[in-house]
Amino acid sequence: MNSIEKKLLKQIADIEKTPQGAYNLREDGKKVERKTTANIDIVSKTDKDGMDIIIKENTKNESVHIPVILTKSGMKDLVYNDFFVGKNADVVIVAGCGIHNSSCDTSQHDGIHRFFLEEGAKVKYIEKHYGEGDGNGKRILNPVTEVYLKSGAFLEMETVQIKGVDSTVRTTKGEIDKDATLIVKEKIMTHGDQDAKTFFEVNLNGENSRTNVISRSVAKDNSKQEFVSKVYGNNVCFGHVECDAIIMDKGQVSSLPQVTAKHIDASLTHEAAIGKIAGEQLIKLMSLGLTEKEAEEQIINGFLK
Amino acid sequence: MLELKDINFKRDGKQILNNINLKLDTKKFIAITGPNGSGKSTLAKIIMGIEMPDSGNIIFDGKDITKLSITERAKLGIGFAFQQPVKFKGLTVKDMINIAADTELKMKEICDYLSDVGLCAKEYIEREVDNSLSGGELKRIEIAMLEAKKSKITIFDEPEAGIDLWSFNSLIQVFKKMREEIQGTIITITHQERILDIADEIVLLVNGKIEKVGKKEEVFENKKFVASVCKFLEKGENVNE
Repeated sequence: MNSIEKKLLKQIADIEKTPQGAYNLREDGKKVERKTTANIDIVSKTDKDGMDIIIKENTKNESVHIPVILTKSGMKDLVYNDFFVGKNADVVIVAGCGIHNSSCDTSQHDGIHRFFLEEGAKVKYIEKHYGEGDGNGKRILNPVTEVYLKSGAFLEMETVQIKGVDSTVRTTKGEIDKDATLIVKEKIMTHGDQDAKTFFEVNLNGENSRTNVISRSVAKDNSKQEFVSKVYGNNVCFGHVECDAIIMDKGQVSSLPQVTAKHIDASLTHEAAIGKIAGEQLIKLMSLGLTEKEAEEQIINGFLK
Repeated sequence: MLELKDINFKRDGKQILNNINLKLDTKKFIAITGPNGSGKSTLAKIIMGIEMPDSGNIIFDGKDITKLSITERAKLGIGFAFQQPVKFKGLTVKDMINIAADTELKMKEICDYLSDVGLCAKEYIEREVDNSLSGGELKRIEIAMLEAKKSKITIFDEPEAGIDLWSFNSLIQVFKKMREEIQGTIITITHQERILDIADEIVLLVNGKIEKVGKKEEVFENKKFVASVCKFLEKGENVNE
């Protein structure tokens, strides 16, 4: 593995060598390395590009890493991954895509991930996106995530896109059964002329189903962001949507939280706050000895932590 | 030593500070008091560099700092505890105390600072300094931050406001500890008689002018007068000058 590949993997999956547990590394549209465990199987799809990740019931404290890296420019990669998580399993899944593009051609990766969690299954899903390279070629990522939670299942999804992705459209859909919970934490920072759009749609179908969608974002330079979230309360349920954004320079953020209650006992809330860094925050940190620039960095790093 | 020379500050046609001349000795505990609107907070902000005077000079340890930025003054050894502490989404109590100390402190050191302000460190150290904390908690964390900063001069803008659940004795203990350990000067803007009681020197500010400077009994000439002034002053808390 060369240094570019190593750096991309470190950025998106925080791994420097083959990690413990199940593992599949995909580079430039091809499988490079795969490892399965007694409880976690990874099988290539036969009808299209992608894999089925099958996690046996009651699998505990195991992890699955499925990083994707693109180092050839002009590459357009489309992949379908399905996760089948058995009853009462408790696992961590780390996905992510790193693009290194140093030419003028566009590199694009569109990952379509579907999660099927059986009763009582618990998943922490982490997805990081990162782009680098000094060419003019665009780095594009359009992830689609679909989540199907059976009764009592729990999925926490943490998505991070901090740097270098020119254009992204993220789509996340959730169907939540009885006593199941979907938590989404999204962190995005855009700069330059980047463009990021996020669409969430969560259906709270089961009794006592819950969702909490939290987005924190920073838009710098001329970048633009749009956050659209729709939560439908179809039963006794609890849903909350929160969008917090810091705008800098000529950055633009648009937030459209929408909650729809279709049941008398649905409890749905939303909040959105967009604004520049508060002057008093800068003053406070400067009075502790930081320069204005350092104060700004601290505030943003904390905000996106 | 801090010296203010002929400081004037006018905003919206109102003379908020009128020819302030003041010498504040090192290692002293100084209380600045006066009615609401007398210019106390403005004076504190001018020392920190948050506001710039229209005219006059500020001399700190023999150096003219009038034109220095907030950051430069902070680095020279001036600290300021805000009357209304600022909230930060994502930054934790630990982060803020480390920033104030300008180093990665040991867990025990952070815990000690939090204990000094009457907070159970275990419960607070990883908390974000945001809306989840009450006004009183934020105020105590603000004081702990300034304790960790170890400035030569620390200005507290009404430290007593909003800490009613926490005893004054503890606050006074923190001041005492700061003076002993840091050998620094503490300037407190206050309406509280119990803080005036322990001050080495009281500066009475009225309508942007220094009315008197001295010991409590010198500033408020007779006891009856002291009682009435303090009563009057205590009534007007939480108003930003």
